[in-house]
Amino acid sequence: MATSLSTSIGTLTLERPTILASGILGISLNIFERLYRAGAGAVVTKSLSKEPWDGYANPTIFSVKGGGWLNAVGLSNPGAPNFAKMITSNKDVPIIVSLVGSVEDDFDFMVKQFENCKVSAYELNLSCPHVAKVGLEVGDDVELVKKIVKKVKSLTDVPVIAKVGLGTTNYLDTVSAACDAGADGITAINTIRAMAIDVETRKPILSNKIGGLSGTPIKPIAVRCVYEISSKFDVPIIGCGGISTWQDAVEFILAGACAVQFGSVLGEHWTEVFAEINSGIQNYMEQKGYSSIGEMVGQSKGS
Amino acid sequence: MCTVEKIIDETPTVRTLIFSDQVLSKVLPGQFAMVWIPGVNELPMSVMVTQENGKAAFTVRKRGESSTGMYNLSVGDYIGVRGPYGNCFDIKDGKLLLVGGGTGLVPLLRLITFCKPSHEITLLIGSQTKEEVFFEDLANKLLENNKHQVIVVTEDGTYGKKGFVTDVLEELLEQNSFDAVYTCGPELMMYKTVNLARSNQIFVQASLERMMKCGVGICGSCCINEDLVCRDGTVFDGDHLMQNAEFGHQHRAKSGILEKI
Repeated sequence: MATSLSTSIGTLTLERPTILASGILGISLNIFERLYRAGAGAVVTKSLSKEPWDGYANPTIFSVKGGGWLNAVGLSNPGAPNFAKMITSNKDVPIIVSLVGSVEDDFDFMVKQFENCKVSAYELNLSCPHVAKVGLEVGDDVELVKKIVKKVKSLTDVPVIAKVGLGTTNYLDTVSAACDAGADGITAINTIRAMAIDVETRKPILSNKIGGLSGTPIKPIAVRCVYEISSKFDVPIIGCGGISTWQDAVEFILAGACAVQFGSVLGEHWTEVFAEINSGIQNYMEQKGYSSIGEMVGQSKGS
Repeated sequence: MCTVEKIIDETPTVRTLIFSDQVLSKVLPGQFAMVWIPGVNELPMSVMVTQENGKAAFTVRKRGESSTGMYNLSVGDYIGVRGPYGNCFDIKDGKLLLVGGGTGLVPLLRLITFCKPSHEITLLIGSQTKEEVFFEDLANKLLENNKHQVIVVTEDGTYGKKGFVTDVLEELLEQNSFDAVYTCGPELMMYKTVNLARSNQIFVQASLERMMKCGVGICGSCCINEDLVCRDGTVFDGDHLMQNAEFGHQHRAKSGILEKI
C-alpha cells in the first residue's frame, strides 16, 4: 500500500506533518511560499500582537553547546493588522497564525483582522518564556487560558491550537483548561527559560538576560511532555522541541504527536531540512509497513 | 571573547578595530560576523583585512547608539565575535570594477586580496567630502602588483572627482569594457550600480545590508522578499536582485514592518 504523509489536526488536514515553528522566519508571505515549496506541511507565523513590537536589543540569539539556541527576541512582530494585510494575497500556503496577548479582548481584536485572509488555524502562544504579561504568564493562569480559548473558538471556524510550555503551573493543568474550553489541538512545547553568562565580562549574554532554550538539548523533555499529554487527553498534539532529523520527528509521532514543528535546526541545515525529514519519515513508514501517519501516532505505548 | 588590540582612526567618524582571530582573518569577501559589544548591542559587521597574519578587523562609522558604542571601544576592551556567516563574491577573471561607498568598501578590499596578478582592477570610492575619504592609500598598496586605478569621488568636490560615484561609474562604463562589477555601500548607490552594469550587459553582484538579529537564518529579520541576507547573501547577483521588488526600495524595521529606504 502507498504511504501517505498526510495528517490531520482536528479539521485541518496537511499534506505533510512537518510544520515551521512559530518565531522562525515567519515574517513575509514570500518566505512562507518558499518554505512551503521546500516541503513544509504548514507554516506558523511569528506570534502577533495587537500593536507592532520591536522586541529586545541584540544579542537576542546565542548558540549553546550541543545544538541548542538561547533566544530572547522579545516577540518582535509587525502587529496583527499589518500582518493580516500582508497575507491577504495568500492562496495555497497553509498558514497557522500565532497570536499573543494578555486578555480575551486582545485576541478578539486580532482574530477579526484576519477575516479576509486564508488562515488554516490559529495557534495561541500561551508559553513564550521571556516577555512579561503574555505567553507563559498567561499559560500559568488556567482560568485566563479557558477564557481566551473560548473567545477565539467563538470567533472562528478554523482549528484553535494552544501552545503550552513549562511555566510555574503544571503544564498538564494548562492543557486541561485549553481542552475544556474547546481547543482543537495542543502544541507542546515552547522554549524553556534559560540563560548564559559570559565569564570574561561577567555579564549575561542576552540583552534581556533570560531567554528561552530551544534545539537538541530540550528534545527529551519535549518528547516526555507529548507522551504525557497523549496519555491523559484525547486531543491532537503537535510535537515541538529540538527536532533536527527524521528520527526525531518519528520519535515525537511515536510519543503521540500527529504532526511536528521545528525551527532551530534551520540555523544549521537551512530550508532543505523539510524535504530531508519528510523523505526520512516516508522511508521509515515503508520499512515498518505504515501506510499513514495516523497509524504511527502513539505507537511507543504498546497495547 | 576577543580583545581589541589596536585602533586606527580612518576619518573623524570612522575607526578600524583590530583583534586576533585565525578564522576571521581568512574569511571570504562578503562574509560577515555578528559582533557583541557587551552592554551595548550586537551588530553584523563585514570583516576587514589587516596587514598582519592571524588578525582581523572591523571598520565602523559612528552613527546610531550601537555603532557609536562600537566606535568608542578602547584597546583592551572585550568583543564577542561569532561567524563567519554568509556567502561571498564570485570573482570573475579579467577587468573588474569595484564600486564602494563608506564602510561598504570593507568587503571590496577583501575581494582585492583574493585577486590574481592578472586581474585589472578599477576601484571607485564614494564619499561625501574630503575628510571622510578612507582606504585610498590602503587600496593602492593592496593593488600594487596589479594594473589598477583607484578613483575617489566626493559629493562636494573637495577631493578627487566631484559628484556621485554612480555618475563616474556611468562614464567609465561608456568608455571602457569590464568583465564584472562588484558593489557594496548605500543601497541606492548599489541599486543604481546594478542597473547601470546590467544595462551594459556586465555581470554584477552586490553585498546587501539589513537589520539582523540571529545571523544564521532563524529569526527572519533580514529578509528581503523570500531571501535572507544572512543566509542567502550577503552577496546577490544583479539579475536576481532586479526581480526583487524590495531591493533599492524597502527594508524592514525592527518590528518587521516594511519601510521605504
